Amino acid sequence: MNRRIVFRTLGSILVLEAVLLLLPIAVSLIYADGEVLNFLITAAIALLCGLTLRILTRNGGAVIYAKEGFAIVAFAWIGMSVIGALPFVLSGAIPSYIDALFETVSGFTTTGASILTEVESLSRSILFWRSFTHWVGGMGVLVFIVAIIPNFTDRSIHILRAEMPGPVVGKLVPRVKETARILYLIYIALTVAEMIFLACGGMPVFDSITLSFGTAGTGGFGVLNDSIASYSPYCQWVITAFMILFGINFNLYFLLLIRRFKSVLKSTELWCYLGVIVTCVTVITINVSSIFPDFSEALRHSAFQVGSIITTTGYSTTDFNLWPELSKGILLLLMFMGASAGSTGGGFKVARVVLLLKMAKRELKRLLHPRSVSTVRFEGKSVDETTLHSVANYLVLYIICFIAVFLLLCLDPGNFDLETTFTSVTACFNNIGPGFGNVVGAAGNYSTLAISSKLALTVGMLLGRLEILPILLTFSPAVWKKQ
Amino acid sequence: MKIIVMGCGKIGTAILSSLVQEGHDVVAVDNDDSVIEEISNIYDVICVCGNGTDCDTLTEADVENAELFVAVTGSDELNMLSCFIARKMGAKHTIARIRNPEYNDAGLSFLRQTLDLSMSINPDFLAAKELFHILKLPGAINLETFSGGNFEMAILKLKENSPLDGVILSDLRKKADLNFLVCAVQRGEDLYIPDGSFALKSGDKIGLFAATAELPKLLRTLGIAAKQSKNVMILGASRTAYYLSKHLLSGGNSVKVIEIDKDKCLEFSSAVPGATVIMGNGAQQELLLEEGIDSTDAFVSLTGMDEENILISIFASTHNVPNVIAKVNRPELASLAEKLGLDCIVSPKKIISDILVRYARALENTLGSNIETLYQLMDGKAEALEFSVRENFKYARVPLKEMQLRDNVLIVGIIRGRKTILPSGEDYILPHDRVIVLSAGHRINDLSDIAK
Repeated sequence: MNRRIVFRTLGSILVLEAVLLLLPIAVSLIYADGEVLNFLITAAIALLCGLTLRILTRNGGAVIYAKEGFAIVAFAWIGMSVIGALPFVLSGAIPSYIDALFETVSGFTTTGASILTEVESLSRSILFWRSFTHWVGGMGVLVFIVAIIPNFTDRSIHILRAEMPGPVVGKLVPRVKETARILYLIYIALTVAEMIFLACGGMPVFDSITLSFGTAGTGGFGVLNDSIASYSPYCQWVITAFMILFGINFNLYFLLLIRRFKSVLKSTELWCYLGVIVTCVTVITINVSSIFPDFSEALRHSAFQVGSIITTTGYSTTDFNLWPELSKGILLLLMFMGASAGSTGGGFKVARVVLLLKMAKRELKRLLHPRSVSTVRFEGKSVDETTLHSVANYLVLYIICFIAVFLLLCLDPGNFDLETTFTSVTACFNNIGPGFGNVVGAAGNYSTLAISSKLALTVGMLLGRLEILPILLTFSPAVWKKQ
Repeated sequence: MKIIVMGCGKIGTAILSSLVQEGHDVVAVDNDDSVIEEISNIYDVICVCGNGTDCDTLTEADVENAELFVAVTGSDELNMLSCFIARKMGAKHTIARIRNPEYNDAGLSFLRQTLDLSMSINPDFLAAKELFHILKLPGAINLETFSGGNFEMAILKLKENSPLDGVILSDLRKKADLNFLVCAVQRGEDLYIPDGSFALKSGDKIGLFAATAELPKLLRTLGIAAKQSKNVMILGASRTAYYLSKHLLSGGNSVKVIEIDKDKCLEFSSAVPGATVIMGNGAQQELLLEEGIDSTDAFVSLTGMDEENILISIFASTHNVPNVIAKVNRPELASLAEKLGLDCIVSPKKIISDILVRYARALENTLGSNIETLYQLMDGKAEALEFSVRENFKYARVPLKEMQLRDNVLIVGIIRGRKTILPSGEDYILPHDRVIVLSAGHRINDLSDIAK
């Protein structure tokens, strides 16, 4: 393990975080909400830690392998969250550091689970920072570092693979750096487009910026206590559309840019993703039509909730906790499924679900015809056995980690019911945010949970966003042994 | 610039690694997914798994927008066919590796024309040519030719107790009344571009630049020439051995080839009737001694195994063979072999990647000057380039002393018509000249890059 490059990259990340903190400082200056000092102190700490790390590790070689990539990603995310939590504590918005850490990790991992009972009284700059963490975490901070630092390392593909979600991470163009840059440009362009659409619909500028950050990263932190419910139907439709757009594999946007429309139309994952959305919206609209006064409202709310849950955003326009069991059941299943690979969404990913289903089908066929030989095809290509194995392994790890976090939550002294416990783990592990039940549902929050449960969920959110392996590998001693 | 490299074997990997270092956008195509996986882990390229003659694969590699398509799979036919298809699909330039001697005869230019190839490369032939040059100039461990063979840069290693140990360069010039220039010195890991007051030391590697015709005489005058290679022993009846033997035999030398495989022996002896072909295992010292390794002038090890070449060459060195050359393809082994005392190493991989780097750079610059030749010297620490100067060259007729050359850049020679100038500050460059430049640490794309 090349420790120097791991910690040097961590140093770069912290310096970058100090730079990113300038944005809430600017917001604070505009709204004169008196938080400038808190953000300045945090930025100074980030800068100091970052520079110290960089100076201590200045002589490291730049060669990295897969394990360094995993370690860099794990440390970067933990380091960013530990420091990113400080503004909440310093400003007094969240007095307890553990709570602030939960909130920050929830931000960076684009979960959107909150321990705040009331957000409208928070200062503008704190709200901005809270939503901005979603935006930074959505596409990934290391992808950003790779895009901007010249000659970072020849093999930054390992970092990209560790940070980007999905079973296979491919490059768009030959150079990793260019790939990262293109991804960020698409990301920025879509975010700005949403801001403009929202602002045109009469939403206040501050709200449209923060909500766009939340949508882009598929996060889910709002700026009002009732999330999106009090905005106009137009704004709700715009957010629905953009949530679904951000849940699509970004490679497809690149293919659109280079005018390879045929390849986009042939994408299996895209059609599965859209198909699931349409089916679920239809079923839920019929199911909830009795609750709402007219059809269009039922359609709007069901489309919003389905879009919000499948992309793991976690916004809500209505308390879906009060919906019939069928609708709730569908939403719970969508929580596990998640968005497309290579998008900013979390969850198990549509691509993996499709691959697992195809593998299952192949196994059934093999039982009927024991000598049959067949390959699993996806996106017009046959998928090699290593990828299939890794998908199956990921399922196993996913279940094990889920069970571990779930058991820890069952120990909570608050003794919550099973629905609350199970869905809070589901919602955090898949980076959604709100679960079901009165405590953690769309109208509730995570503040009543015990500290141990909050910590377990914090780890769960990181595991979910980074797709388990970086965190598990980095904290297994074998990786750090000197060879 | 966008370049597609098809076939990621030894040569393909070397090519794409040096092209990536040059800053090109490279797409690697191979039909073996484990190879592709490996490549994508190590190099910053995009990888496409598939058959290079398949239109779908080529479309996926975005051949329409490729500036250069290089086909270096093991099969000549596949290379030619895929280049042909790539050219038809929109690649601007195509280069194919064609190594079968049957294609490399008079029919080659017809093939090239019909298939619209920009260039065909034959690593075996090029390696043989380089080996032949080195054998002709005993004492040199490497030889690069410029200006269509009129000029040469010999890389020499000063042995223990070399007559040049401690000699200051300005004195060296007095010693030999010939036109020459010591343009680069590698000492350990460092590279120097020396001036007149520089003192040489044993163990240095020096780059000596002179006219081809004068070089043998120069080495004799300086007292560093080794014995002429009259009879040469070659290990391994490879294609390179075939070309090398033909060259050597036509120059009146005697050639002995040792090969373990019977069929190859038969094939070789019918293809090169003048050579003595011995069937046996060259790794057996007994056989080498029996065949007179003690009395041979030069020993060239050309088996397919780098390790075998290194070990047997070291054995030959211990038996006081004056010229020992080993073919070593893997760069990491080459530097190890050097530590073991094997100075003279030829790597077909490096020859090919030099050619491609040069070709890509020449494609990139269309202004001012053209790169004619490019060699990477001294483990890639320096580059020697030859430019032909065009009409619109910015510094034409400007005396060199007023040109403010960059640090670590040296104008080695100016060739004007049939005249050669080893330039001083008063000289200047004219259009249509050929200019040879040595650069350490800078990437020179265009002749005007040499000025600050």
